[in-house]
Order: sequence, then C-alpha cells, then structure tokens
Amino acid sequence: MIRVENITKFHQGRPVLQDISLTIGEGTNLGLIGPGGSGKSLLLKIICGLVTPEEGKVFIDDIDVHQLSVQELADLRFRIGMLFQNYALFDFMNVGENIAFPLRQAGTYSEAEIAKLVKEALIDISLPNIAHLFPNELSGGMKKRVSFARAVIRQPPILFYDDPTAGLDPVTSSKIFILLQKMKEERGVTSVTISHDIEGIKGICDRFALIDEGKLVFNGTPEEIEACHIPVVEKFWQGYSDDELGT
Amino acid sequence: MGSMHRLASKIQRPFHLLGSRLMEWAHHIGGLVLLIWHIFLCLMPWNWDFDGPEIWRNMYRVGVQSFPIVVVTAILVGAIMVIQSGLYIEQYQAHGLLGWGAGYSILREVGPILIGLMFSGRVGANNTAELGTMKVTDQIDALRALAIDPVAYLVIPRFLAMIVMMFLLVVVGNFTALVGGAITSQYLLGVDMMLFYQSIISYVLLDDLWHGLIKSVCFGFAIAVISCYFGLSTRGGAVGVGRSVNASVVGSAIAIFVIDFVIVYLAS
Repeated sequence: MIRVENITKFHQGRPVLQDISLTIGEGTNLGLIGPGGSGKSLLLKIICGLVTPEEGKVFIDDIDVHQLSVQELADLRFRIGMLFQNYALFDFMNVGENIAFPLRQAGTYSEAEIAKLVKEALIDISLPNIAHLFPNELSGGMKKRVSFARAVIRQPPILFYDDPTAGLDPVTSSKIFILLQKMKEERGVTSVTISHDIEGIKGICDRFALIDEGKLVFNGTPEEIEACHIPVVEKFWQGYSDDELGT
Repeated sequence: MGSMHRLASKIQRPFHLLGSRLMEWAHHIGGLVLLIWHIFLCLMPWNWDFDGPEIWRNMYRVGVQSFPIVVVTAILVGAIMVIQSGLYIEQYQAHGLLGWGAGYSILREVGPILIGLMFSGRVGANNTAELGTMKVTDQIDALRALAIDPVAYLVIPRFLAMIVMMFLLVVVGNFTALVGGAITSQYLLGVDMMLFYQSIISYVLLDDLWHGLIKSVCFGFAIAVISCYFGLSTRGGAVGVGRSVNASVVGSAIAIFVIDFVIVYLAS
C-alpha cells in the first residue's frame, strides 16, 4: 500500500504541490490526471523517492520513503518499476542491453537467464527483432514499449507510469494500454498511471485523482468522478484541452 | 516618493547582483565539495564495485582518442618554444642552453597547462554534454529509479579514466614536444639535435619533470570533478546543456590556473 501524507513542494519559492494526501491500496491502479504542469510527474517522483518534498511523508508498505538510508532506498527501488514520460532509455546501450540492465545490476541472474528474459520481454511488447538497435533508431512508440519492458523486467510489485501514451498515435496508445492492463491482471501490481488520454485510462484504472495547480481537487472511484460536479474535474473528464480548462 | 524609490533600487541593484552572483558561486562550490565527498566514499575499499570494462572504455575514449591531437599540439609547442628562444640563443651564442630552456619550460609549465586546457576543451566539455543530456532526458533519474547510484556508475569510471589519461597524455605530450623542439633546433636554427638533448640531460632536473606530472594529476582531478558536476547539475533542456558545457570549460580553465599558481607557489 502507498500512503502520501500532506506533501508540499516548492520551486523557487512558489508552491508547486500543496498538501497532497492520497492512499493507493494493494493491487490498485490509480489514474493521476490533471492539466499539464499541474505537478503530476513531480508527485510521482516524490512517491518513488527521486525528489524530496519540503513537507509531508510518503509511505510504501508503512516504510517512510524519505527517511531511508541510501542502501535502504536502493533496496526499496528494487520493488519499484518506473516508465518515464520521455522514455529515459540509456542512449549508449542498445535495446537488448537497456532491457537487460536492471537484471544485470541485480546481480542474481545468469547471462543465459538474462538473454531468455529479454527475448520474452521483446516478444511481450511485440518487438521481437530489435534487440540490436539503439534508442535513436526507434520510433516514439517503440521507445515507449522498450522503456515499459525495462520497467517491468524485474517484475516489481509497484509500477509508476508517467504518461505512457504521450505523443503516440491511437493504435500505439491502445497497445500500451493493453500492456498496462495485462500487468494489472496477470501480476496484480499496485500502480500509478499519469495520462492525458482519458478514454484510454478509463479502462485500466480503479481510482482517479485529479491535480490542478498543485492541489488535489478530486480523489475517488470512476463512478464518483462520473458524478462529480467540480468544474475542472467535469471538464477534464469530458476531455477538454488545457486551454479550454483555462490553465 | 517615487523618485526616492527608484534611487534606492538603483543603489541596491549592484549589491543585489553581487549577492546573487556570490550565492551562485557558493552553490557551485558546495555542490563540488559534495560531489568530491561522494566520489571519495565510492572509492573507499568497502564500496569498491567498479565496472572494469566501463573504466577501460572511458580510458580509450578520453585518452587514446585524444592522443593524435595532443601529439600534434605538443610537437608544435616544442617547435614554438625553440623558435621563440632562438633569437636570444643566437644573440648570446648560448646554443648549449637551448635544450634546457625548452625542456625546463615544457616539462614544468607549458606542457601540463596546454594539454590540460586541450583536455578540458575536448574531454571535459564532451563529458559535461553527455552527462547533461542524460540529466535532461531523465536517464539519471532512470538509473536512480533502478537503484543505481549515478555517481558510482557514471562518474567514478570517468573520474579514474580522466586522471590516469591526463597523466599519460602529459608524459606523451612532454616527450613529443621535446622531439618537436629538437627537430626545429636542428633544421630551423642549425643547432645540433645531440647538443639539444645533452643540454636537457645536463640541466633539466628530475624535479622539473615531477613538478609537471604532479600538476597533470591535479588538473585531471579538477577537470573530471568540474565536468561531472556541471553535467549532473544541468537543467533546462538543450539550452541548459549548452550553459553547463560553457560553465564546465570556463570553470576547468580557471581551476587549472589556480592549481598551477598554488603548486608553483608551494614549490618555490
């Protein structure tokens, strides 16, 4: 279970996240939505300990993430997978090496096991023949899927997806959402998904939280968000653009 | 009231600028000290977990690939040193001092400084750009998310490779500069090559060689730390990478001259 308590974060003296509190139950996929620049990605980085907040606490299975030693945090991160918004593939490694990297760093897999797992991961993402290619030779959709394969290869019980379909065409987006759904159904992972693709995210999330201007304005089930009459939530749920939301 | 306010802000402005610049410098110095401390901890025997192939790859990249440019520069530097002294050597008929003059200045000062500046422009800038690009494309965060310390994984191999290869490049550079000087003295000044070398062997001390080599290790250390620091602290996309590279090259050049001054002062 992930518990976020009263998170506040400032950037150059200006609050970018204000008093955010959330609970994400075991096996739940929380959809984190909101206009661009509202602080969603920052919140995700705070949850997994990449950024330290000025105030508030994050607990993962009752462990305070921001009170851990470097070694303890490293141990915790072995249980977390993260798909970054702009892929974050290591450009000095080819696709196969990128996907194998978390396994090699774990130090508990033989090279034969790594080769087998990488091959399976590439088949899972429907890109079986690209292990030798480098990230700069891939399209955006391919990079996203490779990044996804790298995030899940160690089978972590917790996964964070930062805008997994940003900039992708509808067909590729639906492929990505199918992969996310598969993760949830087959492995029962606890996850947080940031997305602007409301139609796509509707089908894979159990709960939704909407952040606007650094504040949590909604947190509830799909039924509750459907019935919600807060203007920004209503408009965002109906798929208005950021401009139309007045942000 | 309004004019008083304008006057007050005019007076405050230079102090504000000075203060913010000092804060910026303090921030960088603090960041550099923290990075050095982190590197120091990673180098402690109980933390040794070096990626051997990665260190070799970096040594090849920063050292072997810099070899041609260092050799060409060093030969020209040796030649220039000899031509510059040639006028006075002729005037005072002190042909036997030509080798000493060139050797002393190359080994102690010109060799390490010029190779250091070349190294910072070629290797340091490249290093900052590489780490900076990784930073702005979230690759550094991806490493951390995978439970990998970016300093241990990315900085340590570069740091070790840059110190070792800077030392070796200065050794090679010194030698080729002296060869360049000898050839120039023979063919442009008509001073026999053997006389040039005898002059070096007779008058240049081993201390002079060590003096320059110690500088090379210190320069390698400074360039490695500064280039990695500015790379890892990059913000703001491609523009930010450009700013970091600029800061890294300027910072390294300043550090080279400050270290040179301190070593010369301590040794005098």
